[in-house]
Amino acid sequence: MKLPGNKRVLRAGLLWLLPAAFLLVFFYQPLLAILRLAFSPAFEGGWQGISTVQVLKPLGFTLWQAALSTLLTLLVGLPAAYLFSHFDFKGREALRLLSLLPFILPTVVVAACFNTLLGPRGWLNLGLMALLNLPEPPIHMLQSLPAILLAHVFYNTAIIIRLVSSAWSRLDQKLVHAAQMLGASPWRAFREVTLPLLLPSITGASLLVFLFDFTSFGVVLMLGGPQFATLEVEIYTQALYMLNLRLAAVLSLVQLACTLLVAWLQSRLSQLRYGKAALSAERANLRPPRSTAEKAFIGVMVVLLVLLILTPLLSLITRSFVTLEAARGERGQIQTGFTLRYYQELFQNRTGSLFYVPPITAVRNSLIYAMLTVLIATILGLLGAYALNQPWKANRILEPFFMLPLGASAVTLGLGFLVAFRQPAWSGMPFPLLIPIAHALVALPMVIRTLLPALRSIPGSLRQAASTLGADEQRVFREVDLPLLLRPLLVSMVFAFTISLGEFGASSFLSSAQTPTIPVAIYRYISQPGALNYGQALAMSSLLLVVCAAGIFLIEKIRLPGEELY
Amino acid sequence: MLEVRDIHKTYEGQILLDGVSFGVRSGEIVCLLGESGSGKSTLLRIIAGLEPCEAGKVYWNGTDMSVIPPHKRGFGLMFQDYALFPHRTVAENVAFGLRMQNLPKEDIEAKTLEALRAIRMEAFADRPVTELSGGEQQRVALARALAPNPRLLMLDEPLGALDHSLRLQLMEELREVLHASHKPAIYVTHDREEAFAVADRLLILHQGVIVQEGTAKELYEQPANAWIAGFLGLGNLVPGVVNALEPLSVQTALGNLQANAHGQRFTIGDPCSLLLRPKDAMIESVSNGLDTLHGVVQDCVFMGDYYKLEVEAGGQKLSIYSGDPFPLGVGLGFHFLPEKVLCLPSQSQK
Repeated sequence: MKLPGNKRVLRAGLLWLLPAAFLLVFFYQPLLAILRLAFSPAFEGGWQGISTVQVLKPLGFTLWQAALSTLLTLLVGLPAAYLFSHFDFKGREALRLLSLLPFILPTVVVAACFNTLLGPRGWLNLGLMALLNLPEPPIHMLQSLPAILLAHVFYNTAIIIRLVSSAWSRLDQKLVHAAQMLGASPWRAFREVTLPLLLPSITGASLLVFLFDFTSFGVVLMLGGPQFATLEVEIYTQALYMLNLRLAAVLSLVQLACTLLVAWLQSRLSQLRYGKAALSAERANLRPPRSTAEKAFIGVMVVLLVLLILTPLLSLITRSFVTLEAARGERGQIQTGFTLRYYQELFQNRTGSLFYVPPITAVRNSLIYAMLTVLIATILGLLGAYALNQPWKANRILEPFFMLPLGASAVTLGLGFLVAFRQPAWSGMPFPLLIPIAHALVALPMVIRTLLPALRSIPGSLRQAASTLGADEQRVFREVDLPLLLRPLLVSMVFAFTISLGEFGASSFLSSAQTPTIPVAIYRYISQPGALNYGQALAMSSLLLVVCAAGIFLIEKIRLPGEELY
Repeated sequence: MLEVRDIHKTYEGQILLDGVSFGVRSGEIVCLLGESGSGKSTLLRIIAGLEPCEAGKVYWNGTDMSVIPPHKRGFGLMFQDYALFPHRTVAENVAFGLRMQNLPKEDIEAKTLEALRAIRMEAFADRPVTELSGGEQQRVALARALAPNPRLLMLDEPLGALDHSLRLQLMEELREVLHASHKPAIYVTHDREEAFAVADRLLILHQGVIVQEGTAKELYEQPANAWIAGFLGLGNLVPGVVNALEPLSVQTALGNLQANAHGQRFTIGDPCSLLLRPKDAMIESVSNGLDTLHGVVQDCVFMGDYYKLEVEAGGQKLSIYSGDPFPLGVGLGFHFLPEKVLCLPSQSQK
């Protein structure tokens, strides 16, 4: 009896070994470095360089914009969730896919989208200038809070739709009917039955949205501006421009504490409290609209969602094919109308270009990083999911150990890498190689969140049946686990790939001038004057947009019905 | 009191209800009996106002209910899987309908307690309903539906989710509560035993129409056609063709058998089915000249008070009851008295 027990412990250890070692070296070590940086008394300058205001001001603003964004997102997301969970109408599937797209889009692409819509060189301003014959762009929405909020709503409506509509469509309609039969008016039945039963989902989704808004980096950096520094942006600015690493470290810790708190609340409050009692088969509640009011509601929601989601996307893509006379600071020939030049320019290595390499190199870099990320994240995620799926008591401690990277923002990760690995002991390591590692850390929680439920849903009796039929352990894995895990595995690979392609926070810390990734290149181009730079940023953003759209489409195709995305 | 007139309903292109009409009188328990998928639950939901129908109307004391929303109809509905509010306790579930009537708080509490006492569950008042067993949930659902004192009570397969022994026990309880409440009730089920035990009057729903109605005794003694006899599980059904009248004689695979028309009119050549009830089989040691059937015993099951024999005769399998056991494979002669053999039309005549 002793030997098999020992063997099991050994195998358990082996399952854990690789992911744990990876996390220790590449997550906990950088975290420790940040801690040391923040609290070491030996640091030059000591605590004098830091005032409470420097911490509280960005913290206050971060909380404020995140709360406001979440509220606005709920305002759009809840009616949309009602729409998708209750009505069957033409184009429903297409609209649902469209509304999911923003979730996977890289922040830089979203920022570029809104830039082409609302920016000084964007469609809205160009249109108004042409229409009213104005010399200057009339709308100054960039560098403002509304732009940030709008982008956040654009981004996170998908989360509300996904989580709430999935709960709502499975809410047993009989409960509402029972309330009506007991004399409750429809509104009262909603208040007394539907709302309390949906509350865990709404709270969970809201906190998740809050978490994303709280750690939002690219959107705030590119659409906000210096006066709208969230914690993330402030960490970035302090570390890379002010060279105040200690303040950056302190901000990182504050940020980490906040996100962990919210993540903890999220997992506590979003649990299904009432078990299966309130669930019916999914899609059971779907039906075509009956009354005119319902038809009107659908019409309004469809228009709203298309406006909110499709307009920025189309704006980006169309703008990337158009040159303008109004472009100032541009020497050489001026063209108007349709052009492919921005795309062609991606392959040129111009003198005076922002990089020493042609922009297409960024695409190559990103692709290499993305493939490495997929490799690392999938292997570690699979091992980690298997380890977490074992019925060990130790998992109670180990699970948070594994899920903690979820709480760390990408910028914190970048800062940690910067502090931990720019030291003599690591000087042998080519720095850009850290990028896919950082990306894998960002993607890992998502990979595990995709694989673990799939793994847990394989009944143990299946494996037992296979072994009573004569399959050994390896064979069981190959014939039972692997075929059942294939789809979730593919989904998590596509996730890891798109996450890596679009990752901006950590990359902005780690990529050098010679080895930019696509988002880093987009950021640098778009913040420069000149129509060509702007156009190239848009061209690259459009490419990224297309890849991500393909990604979400692929995920939806291979995802098993009924599985949750997050 | 309640009158349902000519209800039509299609579901996903299929005709579900094809002109259903019936009434429920004051204090009467009407049982709607039909196979699963026959539209029984849909009919209840139409009466409740939860579902629209293409044609037909529901009247209460002569008033057309079609414009009245479900929550103002004053009908109670007990759902098949109870639909207890999982976010509320037992008492809160029972009190829900009383609260909707905006009664004073003391009244609500008093009536809730009274309702819980009636089902002997006052000790469970503050428990979450998710912790109750199936039988307890069933009782709470009944108490919840009755508490606001509805004008009509509808029960959708109230015992359908329970296992057999619990079902028998709760059936008794349900019957008592229903009769004590003196409320008109519509009870939907697919189970014959349940329907026979609970109902004052039964309606059999088949292919979108009510094919027969009557008391349990009437249905048992005189099913309108072969399908109904089969659905109610009344006995062996042997298909045949009428080949003589006065006395009625039917040609079957078992040979020519004399039968009882029981008031139905047949002509020669009519397809029909003979109902041979297992308990009416008379096993004979020596032939007595009547239409004797010969069969081989294929199975013999001890049922307690009797033995159930599976006998093969003329290519037909028949169940018959016997006081004594028979060894398998043994030949057997038996007959049915002509007045006990019921001749039934094969098709339901609409």
